Amino acid sequence: MKFGILVNEGPYTHAASDTAYQFVKAALAKGHEIYRVFFYHDGVNNGTRLTVPPQDDRNVVKRWSELAALHKLDLVVCIAAAQRRGLMDAAEAKRNGKDADNIAPGFRISGLGQLIEAGIQADRLVVFGG
Amino acid sequence: MLHTVNKSPFEDRTFETCLKFAQEGSTILLIEDGVYAAAKDTAVAMQVQHALKRVAIFALRPDIDARGMQNRVMDGVRLVDFEGFVDLVTAHRAVQSWF
Repeated sequence: MKFGILVNEGPYTHAASDTAYQFVKAALAKGHEIYRVFFYHDGVNNGTRLTVPPQDDRNVVKRWSELAALHKLDLVVCIAAAQRRGLMDAAEAKRNGKDADNIAPGFRISGLGQLIEAGIQADRLVVFGG
Repeated sequence: MLHTVNKSPFEDRTFETCLKFAQEGSTILLIEDGVYAAAKDTAVAMQVQHALKRVAIFALRPDIDARGMQNRVMDGVRLVDFEGFVDLVTAHRAVQSWF
């Protein structure tokens, strides 16, 4: 079965990002397909490569990047939510005249249409956090 | 329909709202702080017992364990791990997340 995943909460807030990650891992282990993980609202903060959590804590951002590399996941960050919160890739940084970008490997910035499409293409859309 | 609730019933009204909307025969999965609704002898325990007559209620085991509630889950609430969570999602036509 194909799953679409929506993450509305940032890392280290409550547990939504952790729950979403564990759900995705379990779904993949059972042979399901993850059509897309869409990060919206504060959830876009899951996609900044500049986080430096304590070494004995889980690294939420790195964990998503690694899972994406391993399973070719499509991790999409909402562009409007990202711009408000200072999350950008190189192209966005240039377009907005910023001196740096901070998007983590495996994530890409795109529009809300990607969430709608995931809702249409996937058999189930599962929402985490908010 | 599968409903998920991720907030404690003692800090938020999402669980109560979910119970009001959940139709007979549907399933509720308690996750994160939502698992507090599964505890025995609390202010919402009667409400949960009553709801169990018309809906199935599950709680996510890792979240129960993380809160030290292993021996406090009321009868009738079933525990699932993440694999079980995935199975509940595939077994229902749609998922409504209450948060």
